[in-house]
Amino acid sequence: MTDLAVQLEGVCKTYRFFSLNDVALRIPYGQIMGFIGPNGAGKSTTIRILLGLVHQDRGDVRVLGRTMPAEQVAAKWDVGFASEDMRLYEGETLEWHLRFIRSIFPAWDQGYAATLLKRFDLRADHRIKGLSHGQRVKAVLLLVLARRPRLLVLDEPTTGLDPVSRHELLRELADVMHDDRRSILFSSHNTQDIEQICDQITFIDRGRIIESRDKETFMDRWRRIRVELPGGVQLPPLPGVIDVQQTGRLAVATTNAYDSRLPSAYEAAGIRVHAVESMTLEEIFMTNVQHSREGARA
Amino acid sequence: MDIHLVLSHSDGRPMYVQIMEHVRRRIAVGDLKPGQPLPSIRQLAVDLQISVITVKRAYLELEREGLIATQHGKGSVVAAGRGIRTRLYEQELSKHLEEAVRLAVLLGLGSRELQRRLRETAEQLADAHKER
Repeated sequence: MTDLAVQLEGVCKTYRFFSLNDVALRIPYGQIMGFIGPNGAGKSTTIRILLGLVHQDRGDVRVLGRTMPAEQVAAKWDVGFASEDMRLYEGETLEWHLRFIRSIFPAWDQGYAATLLKRFDLRADHRIKGLSHGQRVKAVLLLVLARRPRLLVLDEPTTGLDPVSRHELLRELADVMHDDRRSILFSSHNTQDIEQICDQITFIDRGRIIESRDKETFMDRWRRIRVELPGGVQLPPLPGVIDVQQTGRLAVATTNAYDSRLPSAYEAAGIRVHAVESMTLEEIFMTNVQHSREGARA
Repeated sequence: MDIHLVLSHSDGRPMYVQIMEHVRRRIAVGDLKPGQPLPSIRQLAVDLQISVITVKRAYLELEREGLIATQHGKGSVVAAGRGIRTRLYEQELSKHLEEAVRLAVLLGLGSRELQRRLRETAEQLADAHKER
């Protein structure tokens, strides 16, 4: 048995106007993977392939030790999926949905469902059609969480949630990690959520994985270096520096392969280093996408 | 043991550095004593709602600094041995001295001038102390 809850290797899928190219994704047990990419990058397609909802043209997909899509029926007992566009029955109450899911999944945790109802500030006797968007999102999440699946797959789970509910959700996700055999795949536009709770980070853009590694290593490689140059000098190109903004004698260099020798190299060239700053995931995200697109054009 | 710590999102430093700073400070003021157990990595991650890997990194670096000791399967404790607080203050002092030297270079002060300023400051503080 491998240590991976999810393993995608060389996955390809071609549509008329979009294709996934050679996608690899590996989520170790007991970890949270943050999946980041702009709209239309291929996040949802990748997620649907790993759930067996869409079949790949090529490549291997294993989820909780099962081969997808061949063993998708068996895998689904242990996989909980929630996405923003999930539909509930408008005319029925939340209670009706709770009973329905409970009747299907033996691992359903009624006590936890009751706790979540309170924490998410939901009422079981309300009909779905009277719920706001945020309440629907929370209802879907509750139905998935209370099944206590070994793998949680959440596609944009925090979209449309107010800060209080978002915080509640993050708390529940952190709580899932008490159990080191459970895993979460979490796609989001909210980079702050991902920066906070994820162990692994994967960037996807235009159907290709740009980067995938553990968060600490990932964040550590990115730095902004603020320097002051002698008059009339341009900042020399150094390996690992992917962006330079210079106005007059001040410049900001951004690197995705930071090494403490970098500022020393500047100093040795007579360039004064004012600051070496770490970057937020949001800033890294923006720079990364721009950089990879410029590379693709060149 | 619960180590109550509040992380800041607007603090420019990475979260693992904030955790390290907090544990260091706790040891320096004597809240955490040698041999005292720290929460498990997973427990602290759940409590702080941050990733396991971030806490793991903070613990690893604290271990490298010799401030905590981790036994496989038993968790982490504050390192034994006297002088751990002294060492922390030593580290703090080195940091400030380095900063002073850096600023002196920016101001174009020579080392003799820097020494004179340091002596002056020490005398001023000693006088202030006497008056109290």
